[in-house]
Amino acid sequence: MLSYIFRRLLYAIPIALSVTVVSFMLVYLAPGDPLNAVAPADAPAEVIEALKSAYGLDKPLPVQYGMWLLRAVQGDLGKSIASGREVAKEVMGAVSNTLLLAGVAGLAGVVVGCILGALAGYWHGSLIDRIATVLSVVGVSIPHYWLGLVLTIIFSTRLGWFPAMGAGPGGSAEWAFDIAHLRHLVLPALTLSVIPLGIITRTVRALVADMLEQEFVVALRARGLSNRAIFRHIAKNTAPTVLAVAGLQIGYLMGGSILVETVFAWPGTGFLLNTAIFQRDIPLLQGTILVLCMFFVALNLMVDILQPLIDPRMGRA
Amino acid sequence: MAIVIPDSSLHAPATPPPAGTVARLPASRSYWMVVLRQLRHEPVAMISAAVLLLIIAAAVFAPWLAPADPFKASMLRRLLPVGSPGHLLGTDELGRDMLTRLMYGGRLSLLMGVVPVLAAFGIGTSIGLLAGYVGGRVNMVIMRMLDVFYAFPSVLLAVAIAGALGPGMSNSLIALTLVFVPQLVRVSESVTTQVRKLDYIEAARMSGAGALSIIRVHVLGNVLGPVFVYATGLLSVSMILGSGLSFLGLGVKPPEPEWGLMLNTLRSAIYREPLIAALPGAMIFMTSIAFNLLADGVRSAMDIKR
Repeated sequence: MLSYIFRRLLYAIPIALSVTVVSFMLVYLAPGDPLNAVAPADAPAEVIEALKSAYGLDKPLPVQYGMWLLRAVQGDLGKSIASGREVAKEVMGAVSNTLLLAGVAGLAGVVVGCILGALAGYWHGSLIDRIATVLSVVGVSIPHYWLGLVLTIIFSTRLGWFPAMGAGPGGSAEWAFDIAHLRHLVLPALTLSVIPLGIITRTVRALVADMLEQEFVVALRARGLSNRAIFRHIAKNTAPTVLAVAGLQIGYLMGGSILVETVFAWPGTGFLLNTAIFQRDIPLLQGTILVLCMFFVALNLMVDILQPLIDPRMGRA
Repeated sequence: MAIVIPDSSLHAPATPPPAGTVARLPASRSYWMVVLRQLRHEPVAMISAAVLLLIIAAAVFAPWLAPADPFKASMLRRLLPVGSPGHLLGTDELGRDMLTRLMYGGRLSLLMGVVPVLAAFGIGTSIGLLAGYVGGRVNMVIMRMLDVFYAFPSVLLAVAIAGALGPGMSNSLIALTLVFVPQLVRVSESVTTQVRKLDYIEAARMSGAGALSIIRVHVLGNVLGPVFVYATGLLSVSMILGSGLSFLGLGVKPPEPEWGLMLNTLRSAIYREPLIAALPGAMIFMTSIAFNLLADGVRSAMDIKR
């Protein structure tokens, strides 16, 4: 077991490193000279040279990457070209807002999806099964940014129950756990939760229906176990797969939230990425993507480590 | 991933299948014909196919069918409600006919759904076949490189690539293709690796068949099925993501009609004409649900478990 965790941790290192390489290379994917953003077009050659050496752009690529990585590890992601503020600070504030939104939405989607999927799988072919099936198809097919818009129209402009924009009253970007802030969270979280809801429902439904036909369940029944006890066995057997899917889904929400954040003007990474892209603020783009991906890698790692804790058979493989 | 059991009728159409099979599947020539035949018995899939055909036809024949010019704006006729005389589905924020723009919008939106998946299908299957068939170190290098892509949430990857390349339709097509390639490589690699170990491949090799002809004749038929099913499932993802990129302003540029972009530009109208503001998204939803239901039908017709 310990050796499994160790191996998995070891395996995460090259992945994390390659993520930094990709994030770094984004600058070179961008058309034009990275200096264009800071230097005026008619700057004399010596100024360009001075700027180049100031930014380390005169050094070979691997050296530049090494310097960048060394600073990134120390928490220095450079300065935003657009605002001049430190990227690390901007990213951290935005990331915490995104994680909050993705976390709440993911949890809601997973919990509801598990319940719905289990009921649908247990009563195969029943009304609730049909509802769950329809819901899961809708969940994976709906453009969530459009769902956000529709929810805004219904619950915000028509009924006036929830605010349509921002993360708090008066455009506050600082999160706090009070009623006013929670009201802002409802619509974006509801919108985002539909993404994992569909897939989790579908997965759990198939797993439970499949499991009910297995011989060990028949054996348990024959031994006279109550439904509740049988359910415990089924839950234990489905948990690792559900956990894997749920982890992946919550991770995807970190990216998927970009669109929903735009709809609701949520002050998260989506907003930051938008600013970065349209102002061609490459350090900001790099930093945001790097930090988000590191959270994603960490989440995957966590799921991989948790899985054999639930199902010891996996750790031995 | 399930392997499609090598079907004798697929690889050697000349040899008649056993009598029992003939009784059940009369007049079936190839595996794909059987799938099509199966599909006809799935009402949901057939309805979805009909809806898709309608949407595609409306988009393709928009220049002949549409009631107005998609670019003709009018300051006086802005945001007319649905059902206005002369504008069946109202007008948008610049007074352009909504029905016309929705029909034209389907062209680019469908393109965003289909092109990346097709491109990724070609590229991904080729790489997967190569990695799976050659195996060994080549396989390891390719698959480890792809693991990097899995360290990115797909939307984030698409936004990052499109963002770095700069806004524009072709850049978003490239971004989406890059998002799907690793997934299709994984599917085709895993099937190829399983098939490669089967005895009939060994037999073909012993009889002197070259690698290319073995892949073409014996491997491809097994790999295409699962990859095809996976790719059909990606169509709706590609639609939603592609329109999403346009919604963010990273894809198609105004005034070009595209559903995602229209959804964005109409956002200011949600207070005055919410129904019109929601229409382009409803089109994306309808198309993507039809794609998904059709993909489900194809999957069960081909009897491949997810």
